[in-house]
Formats: sequence, C-alpha cells, structure tokens
Amino acid sequence: MSGNEIAIIGAGMTQWGKLGKNFWEYGVAAALEALKDAGVPWQDVKFVSGGATVRCGYPGYVAGATIAQALGWQGAEVNTSYAACASGSQALAAARTKILAGHCDVALVVGADTTPKGFLAPAKGYRPEDPDWVRFYIGITNPTYFALYARRRMALYGDTQEDFAAVKVKNAAIGSLNPRARYTKTFTAEDVANSAMVADPLRLMDICATSDGGAALIVSSLDYAEKIGKGDAPRVAAISTVTPSFASGTVEMPDIATDSAAAAGVEAINYRSQIPIKAYEEAGVGPEDIDLAEVYDLSTALELDWIEDLKLCEPGQAASLLRAGDTAVGGRIPVNASGGLACFGEAVPAQALAQVCELTWQLRGEAGSRQVEGAKLGITANQGLFGHGSSVIVKR
Amino acid sequence: MASSRAAIEGWYTLDRSNPRLLGSRCVKCGTYFFPKQAGYCRNPHCDSTEFSEVELSRTGTLWSYTNACYQPPEPFVAPEPFEPYAIAAVHLEKERMVVLGQVVSPVSVEQLEVGMPMELVLDTLHSDEDGDELIWKWQPETST
Repeated sequence: MSGNEIAIIGAGMTQWGKLGKNFWEYGVAAALEALKDAGVPWQDVKFVSGGATVRCGYPGYVAGATIAQALGWQGAEVNTSYAACASGSQALAAARTKILAGHCDVALVVGADTTPKGFLAPAKGYRPEDPDWVRFYIGITNPTYFALYARRRMALYGDTQEDFAAVKVKNAAIGSLNPRARYTKTFTAEDVANSAMVADPLRLMDICATSDGGAALIVSSLDYAEKIGKGDAPRVAAISTVTPSFASGTVEMPDIATDSAAAAGVEAINYRSQIPIKAYEEAGVGPEDIDLAEVYDLSTALELDWIEDLKLCEPGQAASLLRAGDTAVGGRIPVNASGGLACFGEAVPAQALAQVCELTWQLRGEAGSRQVEGAKLGITANQGLFGHGSSVIVKR
Repeated sequence: MASSRAAIEGWYTLDRSNPRLLGSRCVKCGTYFFPKQAGYCRNPHCDSTEFSEVELSRTGTLWSYTNACYQPPEPFVAPEPFEPYAIAAVHLEKERMVVLGQVVSPVSVEQLEVGMPMELVLDTLHSDEDGDELIWKWQPETST
C-alpha cells in the first residue's frame, strides 16, 4: 500500500507546561526543531498545515498562516484545520493529500496552543441552541463524561479505582523519563487515592490537565525522502478521521443525550471503536501487528477504553493487561510510552501531532530510556467534541 | 410572590407531579430527538422533514452516574456555598437513547447503582429574586 504513504522526515516538539507564551511561539519552536531534524531548509516547504486553536482569537483560527508568517513568509500554500482533539491529524491528512496528489514534495504540519486554567468553558450569553452551552448551564463538565465512562467500566467489567490509579502510576513512571513532559514526578497508588475526588469515581490525578505546547512534523513524498537520504524514515501508513455512524450510543461531549436507535435497521454504536477500523484497513494491518499505541488518556479509565477500542484486547480485558504489566514499556503492547496526557496535559491542536512525534522517535529507536525495543508499527487514537476523532498508523 | 419558570424554555413540561422531557420524533422513521430536532432527519437512511413533538418516557434505567465535586464554570449558577450534586445518565428503553441530568439532592453516588430504575422530576436549577428556575433531574424511582 506504499502508494498511499508519506514519509515523516522530521519531528519537533516543545516541552509542555504553563509557560505564558503566545501559541505561535510554541509552534515556531516545534517547527524549527522539526526542520532541523529533517535537514530541510524552510524555503523548501511548499505547504504549511496548521491545527487551529480557538482560544487565541483570529491568529488562532488561521494558525497555519500565523506560524508561517512567524517563520517568515516564503510563498508556501497554507491551510488551517479545526477538528477539536483531532485537529493535528486533520492537518496531517491535508498535507498527505497535497503530497500524494503531487502538488508539493514537502509540508510542515504544526499545532500549538496556550490554554486557560481550570475547566474549559463555553462562549457566553443565553444560547440554548448550543449543546456546549446547555451542558455547562445544567452543571455538566468534561470530567462528568470521563467519570460516566469510568463508572460504566466498573459496573460492566469489574474495574476498580485501584486499576485506574495503576494507569496513572504507570504513565507517571515512564513520563518521568520524558524531557518534554510537563509533569515528571512519579506517583504511587496511595498518592492517587489521596488526591481530591473530582467526579466520582475519578480523582484529580485520574484526570488530565490543560497545557501549553507545540508539536510539528516535516512530511514528504517517498521520492523526496529517498532523494535526501531518508528513504528509511518512518511513514504515515494510515490516517482515519471518520465521523460517528448513526446512531451513536455513547453520550459524548458536549451532548446531553445520545442519538436514538429507535428506527428500524438502526443500531447503537460506540464511536471510539469505529475510529481505528478505517486506519487498520488503510494500512493493511491488524491490531495483532501493533508494537505500541499512543492513546488519549483524558482520564486514566479512558486509557483502558481505548485499549479495547483499538482491539488490542477483548472488551473488558484492558485492566487485566494493565495488571499483568503488558501495557508498560517492556510489556507485550506498551501504551503511552510518552507518559501520555497524564504527564503532558492537553494542548488541543498539538496533541494528536505529539502522539505522532512519539511514534516517530520510537520507530527510529531514539526514545532513550522510554524506548520500546524493536518497535516497527505504532498507532495513535484520540477523540474530541462534535464527532471528531482520529487514528494514525506509523510504520517503519 | 416569586414565581417558578423553566430554566430552558420548551424543553420539558412544568407539571410537577408528572414532568416530561419534550422531544421530537421523525414521522417517517420513528427516530426520537432530545432536544427537539426539526428541519431534516439525522438518520442517514431517512429523508424526512416532518417531526412531531413528543413527551419522552418518564422512567428509564441508570446507564452510569457520577457527581460534581467542584463548582462548574459559567453559565452554571452555583449556590453559596457550592453543594456537590450527583449526575445520572439514564437509558430510555422505548426511545433507545441515554439522557443526562442532575440527580435530586440529597441523593448521592453511594445510593446509586448502574441498572437501577430512575424517574424524571422537576427541581430548582437556581434561584434569584424573581423566583426559581426549574430543570429536569433524575431520581431513583419511588414505588407508587
């Protein structure tokens, strides 16, 4: 299927944190690192594809252009994608299309954000037509949804709060070795159990923070990569950015109700588990081929959901994998070898690209003390608001 | 005298003894919508543009639950001091859908269990000098 592949010839990423800079400064820093990593001059980049941030005014809505200008206008074509947590993947997909269509050889894909403290809040006013307004109005925040999923796991599969804490302990341990992570402290199960309850059964340390950060990729045609001596660079083998299929049976942010599956011939489906299906098909691989996964652990319990949604195990078995150490680095199928959102916090338009950066370094064998030995095939997964989600498969 | 009014106009009846969520239903394929949907049916196999207003089932089973231990941001209006509240996701069997809502005080998560029967009630979302703003909430079904 190499006809559909592009090469990742450079990756760059800032440290995540609350550093008080403009979003484009993180984007520029990540882009410069990715360009240097690729050994490609900025002038050779003919397409800039940015992930939008909606919290930084107009410059954020046109983030691709804002970052291109900050790097110095050089006449490249530019795009900005907004797809909530999947924005980075959507921007990557735009670059892939451009390259595979023969419209350019090299593209910069970049996402960066500066986020406010605390809960992410909706636009103001009395706006009952906006589901994001309604749910906050009646007292339903993002952790509500994560907690509903977590409690459902406990009821269906017998998962415990100790299992959820073990996800945090695992991710904190490996994330402490990641110089780009925001949180590099290790934690014990007791630390998690002693943190404040936010949305039962989830405690403060079960839920990811919001962060500043920037991530960037330089991607190219396989011919171009070959030409500059990077023919063995990791490749994007698949990108899925599918919407849900009606009827979505899991209550999703920002909705207060699911679709109804009452019509004849309609079944309630779980959107998360649909996202990777297209990715596996496109790459021509299956879950059994995957060496490592970077998944969107907005909460500890959600990491367990993703492991099942990626079909890395049967439904209900993720906690067993965790308890056996299978999902730790050194285990059978390491999950979040970067430390995950638990150690980074979420920088929305950068996060899906940060996942691909980690796979790139892992597949190049450059992940240092986080290295998954012999990693050849990795998958990412994330999901955000309004039917956006993505899964990217990287191979070498 | 201060009066009671709907916190969101037209989303539920204000009958305190038998409150109902007001949804809509596609006249062609039978899909339910809450909040109400009009214009074009969201079932991709259906091209209907006709909907009827319907009262949704008042009872369902608890799909999952949680609580809010911290005060949500605006537009939520919190009492002083903030009182944590439970939240329920209730599956309506006939409509084959799940609807969220607060759980009435003082029911806490310790009193909830996935699968238990739940019923809709009206309760105060917040109060001001003009009276109470009413919202739908869930509570464990009371035997009648």
